[in-house]
Amino acid sequence: MMGVDGFMYPNEIELQWSVLIVLYPYLTGLVAGAFILASLERIFRVEAVKPTYRLSLLTALAFLLVAPLPLQLHLGHPERSFEMYLTPHSSSAMAMFGFVYLWYLMAVLVVEIWLDYRRDIVLLSQTTRGWKRLLYRVLTLGSNNISERALEIDEKVGWFVTLVGIPSAFLLHGYVGFIFGSVKANPWWSTPLMPVVFLFSAMVSGIAAVLLIYMITCRLRRTAIDMRCLDTVARYLLYAFLIDFSLEMLDLIHRIYEADESFRSLDFMVHTRLYVSQVVIQIVLGTVTPIALLALTQVVKMTAPVRRRIYAGASILTLIGIFAMRWNVVIGGQLFSKSFLGYTSYKMGFVAREGLLTAIVLTLLPILILGVLLKLLPPWSERAS
Amino acid sequence: MRDFKDAEHLFRLLSVFVVGLIAFLLLRGSMVPRSFGQYGHYRGNAIAEIAASPISFAGHQACETCHSEIVEQKLKGKHARVNCEACHGPLAKHTEDPGSVTPVKLVPATLCIRCHEANAAKPKSFPQIVSAEHAGGTSCELCHKPHSPAINTEAGR
Amino acid sequence: MNITRRRLLLLTPAAAIAWKYVLASTPEDAPNYKVSEHWWGMLLDITRCIGCGNCVRACQIENHVPDGYFRTWVERYHVSDWSFDNPKVDSPDGGKNGFPAASDSSGKNFFVPKLCNHCKDSPCTQVCPVGATFDSPDGVVLIDQTYCLGCRYCIQACPYGCRYLHPTKEVADKCSLCYHRITKGLTTACAENCPTGARQLADLKNPKDPIHEFLKTHSVQVLKPHLATGAKVFYNGLDGSVR
Repeated sequence: MMGVDGFMYPNEIELQWSVLIVLYPYLTGLVAGAFILASLERIFRVEAVKPTYRLSLLTALAFLLVAPLPLQLHLGHPERSFEMYLTPHSSSAMAMFGFVYLWYLMAVLVVEIWLDYRRDIVLLSQTTRGWKRLLYRVLTLGSNNISERALEIDEKVGWFVTLVGIPSAFLLHGYVGFIFGSVKANPWWSTPLMPVVFLFSAMVSGIAAVLLIYMITCRLRRTAIDMRCLDTVARYLLYAFLIDFSLEMLDLIHRIYEADESFRSLDFMVHTRLYVSQVVIQIVLGTVTPIALLALTQVVKMTAPVRRRIYAGASILTLIGIFAMRWNVVIGGQLFSKSFLGYTSYKMGFVAREGLLTAIVLTLLPILILGVLLKLLPPWSERAS
Repeated sequence: MRDFKDAEHLFRLLSVFVVGLIAFLLLRGSMVPRSFGQYGHYRGNAIAEIAASPISFAGHQACETCHSEIVEQKLKGKHARVNCEACHGPLAKHTEDPGSVTPVKLVPATLCIRCHEANAAKPKSFPQIVSAEHAGGTSCELCHKPHSPAINTEAGR
Repeated sequence: MNITRRRLLLLTPAAAIAWKYVLASTPEDAPNYKVSEHWWGMLLDITRCIGCGNCVRACQIENHVPDGYFRTWVERYHVSDWSFDNPKVDSPDGGKNGFPAASDSSGKNFFVPKLCNHCKDSPCTQVCPVGATFDSPDGVVLIDQTYCLGCRYCIQACPYGCRYLHPTKEVADKCSLCYHRITKGLTTACAENCPTGARQLADLKNPKDPIHEFLKTHSVQVLKPHLATGAKVFYNGLDGSVR
C-alpha cells in the first residue's frame, strides 16, 4: 500500500477532506477576524482604528463571497447542496452552514456596508454615468434620502447591526470549529477547545490580513499610513495572538499530561509526518516569531519605518502560520489511523478539482474581488488616485 | 411620522428581505421530497428503494428445494453447515432460470485451499493442512468428496 | 445429479413459494415483513473465523462494492506478549483473498471480521447535514444515495472506519446489512457464505432468535464501547488488543 505505515482500516487510507476543506475555515476565519476589527471601532469605540473600518468590511465581504466555493468544489454532488436549506438536520453542525452563512452575508455584512455607504452610493448614483450609474441606482433601492436625520437613523441601526454581527461572526466561524471539535471518533479533533481555538486564530488571521491590506492600499494610493491606527491594530493583533497561543498550549499540555490511548500515535505523528507543518511552520514561524516581533515593538522604542516593516513581516508570517494551523487540524486529523496503529499520507493533486492549483486560485480570487469592491465602493473620502 | 420619511429606505430594505424570504419558503415547499419526514429525518421512500435491490445469492433454502439429495449427503459430514453458494458462488440467476444458467465448475486446488491451508491465526480446532506437504500434491477430491469430505465414510467413496 | 420430471413437478410449487421471497421488491410486498417487528444486529464469533475471505468476496458481489473499498473486511491480529498495546495487524486487500502464512506464529493470532456496527446511537447519522443517512425503524443504518451530497462528514464521524466514498457514484457507501435480503427473509450475503458460522445475522426483537440465548451464555463485547455508540454487532471471544 503506497504511503501507509503500520495498519490503517482499509477505508481510511484515502483522505476524505482535502486542501479545499483546509481553505474554507481559513477564508471564513479571515471574514470573522476582519469583522471583529471593524467592530472594534464601531462598538468598542477604539477610534484609532477608524481608517481601517470600511476596509475591514469590504475585506470581509470579498472573502465571504468566495467562502462557499471550496465547499461546492469538494462535494460529490454540488447540485444537491441546496438540500441543506430544504431539510437541514438539526443535530448536524454542518447543516447550520447555509443559514448562518446567509444570515451573516445578508442580514449583517451587506446591511452594515449598505448603511455605512448609503450616502456615498446616493451621491455616486447622481454623479456617475453608464452602467455604474445603473448599478448605484439599484443599490440605493430607490431612496435618495441622505438628510441628516436619515443618516442619524442609519448610524443607530448600523450600530445595532454591528452589535448583532459580533456573535454572528463568532457563530460563522465557531461552528466550523464545532464541526471538528464534536467528532468523538477523532481524538485529534475532539476537544471543547476547538471552536475557541478556531475563533481566536481567525481573529489573528483577520486582523493580520487587514493590517497588510491597509498598508498595501496606502502604498498604492501614495497616502501616508496612519501610524496611530497601525500601532493600535498591531496591538490588538498581539492581544489576540497571546490568547490564541495560550489556548493552543493548554490543549497541548493537557494532551501530554493525560496521555490517553490516542496520545502515543498522535505524538509520533507530530514528530514525523506533521513535524514541518506543525512545529516549524505553525508554532515557530507562524506563532512564536510574530508574537516575539510584535512584543518587541511594545517594549523597545522603534521608528515608524522599522515598526512598519516588523508589522508587515509579522502579518505575513501570521497568515502563513494560521493556514498551517488549519492544515494541521484538517489534514493532520486524517493522517493517523483510528486504530492508532498506523499512518497514511496525503496525495494532493495539482491540476485537479481538489488540487493545489484550485486552492491557489480560490485564495487569489477574494483579492481580485476586493480590488473590484475598492473601486466601486472606495473606503476613502477623497478620489482614489 | 417625520421619522418615517427619513427611515423609509430601511423599509425598502426590509421589503427586499421579506420578498426573499417568501420566495425561499415557496421554493422550499415545492422542492422538499414528498416522503421526507415520514419515519424520521429522511426520505421515507428510501427504505423501500433500498429494499428493492436485486439479489445475487439465492440463499441455501432456495438450493435445497431442488437439490435435496445433496442436502442429505452434506448432513452426514462436516460440511453440513457450509452453505451451497459459499463454494458454488452467487446463483440467484440459476434459480430464476435453472436450465440455461448453470454454475461454474469449481477447481478444488484453489477452492479447498482457501479455507484449509494452515495458518497460525486459524482456530486450532479447525482442520488445516500445509498443502505442499499434504498427500504429495494430489488433487483434493481424489480422497475427499466435497459434499461430505471425510474419507472412508459411506458417502465418502 | 438427476432431476426426474416428476420430482421437478413436485418441487416447482415449493420453489415458487420460496422464490416469492426472493422476488419481493419492497418490505411491504414481502410476505409478512413488518418493520416494527425487527431490530437487527449481528453476532461475530472470533473463535470460529478462519480468515478465508468468503464474506468479503460475497459482499463485493452482492453489493457491487468497487475494488479497493470495503463494506466488510477481515483483520488478522498477532499479539506476541501480555501487552494489549502493540498488536501487529494486517488486512491485505481487506482479506478478500485470504491471508498469506505469517512469519511469526508464536503468541496469539486470530482473525477479526469488521463491518458497520449499525449503532443504535450512531455518530454518523447524527452528523449528516441533510438526512441522507439514517437509522431505519428496524435498526439498520442506511444511506439514501439519491439524496447524499458527498460531503463525507459521516465518513469522518464513524469511529470504526466502515464508510467510504463511492468512487463513481460520489456518495457515501457502507454495509447496509444486506437490507434488500433481510427484508425478504434471507440472511446477509456475508453470513450466507461464511463456511464456519462465524457471522450470523441476529434479530434482537425476535424471542426465538438464537442470539438471545447466546448473549446470556457467552462473554461478548462490542468495538470501542467507551464511545457509547450503541453498536449492535457483538463479538464473541474478542481479545483486549483489538482496536
